[in-house]
Amino acid sequence: MASDNTALLRETRSSKKLMEQVITLGLLLCSSVAVITTVGIVASLVFEAFRFFQQVSITEFLFSPHWSPQTAIRADQVGASGAFGVLPLLTGTLLISFIAMVIAAPLGLLSAIYLSEYSSRRMRGWVKPVLELLAGIPTVVYGFFAALVVAPIIRATGSGMGFEISSESALAAGLVMGIMIVPLVSSLSDDVISAVPQSLRDASMGMGATQSETIKRVILPAALPGIAGSLLLATSRAIGETMIVVMAAGLAAKLTLNPLDAVTTMTVQIVTLLTGDTSFDDAKTLAAFAIALFLFIVTLILNVIALKIVDKFKEAYD
Amino acid sequence: MTDLITSEPAAMPADWTVRSPHRIKRARAETRFRLYGIVAIGIAVAFLASMLLTIFIGGAGAFTTSKIGLDVTFNEQVIDPSGARDPASFRGVNYRPLITGALAEVFPDVEGRQDTRALYKLISTGAVYQLENMVTENPDIIGTTQRVWVSAGTDTNLYLAGKIDPDMPQELRQLTERETGWIETLKSAGHVKTDINTSFFTNGDSREPEQAGILGALMGSFFSLIVCFVIAFPLGVLTAVYLEEFARKNRLTDFIEVNINNLAAVPSIVFGLLGLAIFLNVFNLPRSTPLVGGMVLALMTLPTIIIASRAALRAVPPSVREAAYGLGASKVQTTFHHTVPLAMPGMLTGTIIGMAQALGETAPLLMIGMVAFIVDVPTSVVDTATSLPVQIFLWADNPEIGFREMTSAAIIVLLIFLVLMNLLAVILRKKLERRW
Repeated sequence: MASDNTALLRETRSSKKLMEQVITLGLLLCSSVAVITTVGIVASLVFEAFRFFQQVSITEFLFSPHWSPQTAIRADQVGASGAFGVLPLLTGTLLISFIAMVIAAPLGLLSAIYLSEYSSRRMRGWVKPVLELLAGIPTVVYGFFAALVVAPIIRATGSGMGFEISSESALAAGLVMGIMIVPLVSSLSDDVISAVPQSLRDASMGMGATQSETIKRVILPAALPGIAGSLLLATSRAIGETMIVVMAAGLAAKLTLNPLDAVTTMTVQIVTLLTGDTSFDDAKTLAAFAIALFLFIVTLILNVIALKIVDKFKEAYD
Repeated sequence: MTDLITSEPAAMPADWTVRSPHRIKRARAETRFRLYGIVAIGIAVAFLASMLLTIFIGGAGAFTTSKIGLDVTFNEQVIDPSGARDPASFRGVNYRPLITGALAEVFPDVEGRQDTRALYKLISTGAVYQLENMVTENPDIIGTTQRVWVSAGTDTNLYLAGKIDPDMPQELRQLTERETGWIETLKSAGHVKTDINTSFFTNGDSREPEQAGILGALMGSFFSLIVCFVIAFPLGVLTAVYLEEFARKNRLTDFIEVNINNLAAVPSIVFGLLGLAIFLNVFNLPRSTPLVGGMVLALMTLPTIIIASRAALRAVPPSVREAAYGLGASKVQTTFHHTVPLAMPGMLTGTIIGMAQALGETAPLLMIGMVAFIVDVPTSVVDTATSLPVQIFLWADNPEIGFREMTSAAIIVLLIFLVLMNLLAVILRKKLERRW
């Protein structure tokens, strides 16, 4: 009997062990979905972009200052080939992101400083959820507000002061996008500022510095790399933002840095090129994938740099 | 302290109570800096408040609508000339003469084709379907005269809501002087009432603002979220379990981690392109459906769920695992019988927050074609559909003035759902979270 039992035990144990291995393998497969997604993104973008670059040269795409993807219906029509220079889209994207960061960086940073260094626990308890609410509102709502409320106000103010402002100005889109990003900058900077060791504050205050002097001369310089990282992350978010610009920025691809002009962005063009009827052989549709690949690479680089900086910073004070 | 000061008075600097110009300057700089922070927060809060206020004030009107009461004679000659009372024949009958007849009772002196047509336009074009439904549901009303409250037409609605400026020049106005006169006549005769706009919650999209509703978009969002949950929740939790409990720290797991962190920061529109290129073009899944929408949203919410689930697993103390091991449990048993159940509240909270993000997502859905004009309310995950944020985008783009109010109203509904989901997450966290 005894030997039977041990045999049985051994058998169940080995089947149990096999089961464990199967489950572990299953779990590994699940976690590979994230990797597969990344591979899928890169593969689909690269593949379609490659087909695009068979029709349009890379140098034209990167350096030509003209963007007008309308391909003609008849072959003999004027401008039949369309122009695929990404430059005007890039300047438009950068212009709007720049306006957004001009708003978001000071507002986010100052509110983070106030919340982490000055505010009472009660005020923090009120303001933090409000900022989180700002972060939780869908971008389509911001887009609606930018297009139907902010843009007309800016236009009216401009014409009151004698400026000619287009109804789809970069300013309106950038302004609203800036507000949208404030919570992101604020929460990331808040983390970074809180990570600066208390001993630095105590030392500075002990030397007789006021609180604002401590913040400006000690804490901010110490937190600078982390803050730079959070601003980079926010910029990458602004560059990839879609709905606000689709609804509030224009379609005109102009090579301009004037914030009162209508500009278009990479994301706007992706949406315009791919909504509606899409056939998968013409340069117009494939161009969207080339832009997206460009967008993906730019945001990826920004993110990787930002995450590296923030990690380094956190390690330094651990 | 006191001793020290009295024994060495010479070491004291100038009297602290004297405010030297330098110290006044420093104190002012301090106050100013503090003020900057308050102003920054104030701007953000003021923006949020003005945005919400504009939307709530602008959208409130869409929840009520004007109804016109007509004494409709359900004329047998028109509805059922054969007298067979065949329910199938009630469909497809032209009910318009019933309405024009009822209007002629109120306005006996309006004659001529053009004028009667103008009069008919005060009523919603959907009114005929209302009569059709009434007859189909209850054929006994044929031959009787009933007071029926039908929806007012688009412009009538705007006029009654005070949205048409009477000072505007005639030719720019949606309604002529005579038409507004008719509306006033109806109003003074008690033929107008304000009612809750039920069609806003029960209809799909429409070209006419007074007939358009959000039910189609809501169902589209609902089905997408179901698909998203079914895919993202198990995958996210199991990935977190693997990375937290099973994986050894090596190159492979590092690579997976970097991947997850980067996926969280990829622009949402890129996920839409992934869906378009892979799900639609390679796998040939049906375009414009919640199935594909939910799959794309699932990939987007995956990082959120994984990160939250890992934090929840990490919060379970090692003593729980050690106790299980001590009693002879295997790794799998320990994890799935003890660690995961204990971490479940945190995982669910993270999942709900991820789903709330997915509910508000618009851009990737535009890429996979969930942006069409769809009247029918979807009934399954493979029906063509839009989603609530996409509907908002479509209505915001519509130049018709009546849709502006509807857009704000749809935003209100969306925000209510988001608040409810976040509230649920907070309650879940408070109720079920265990402190170790």
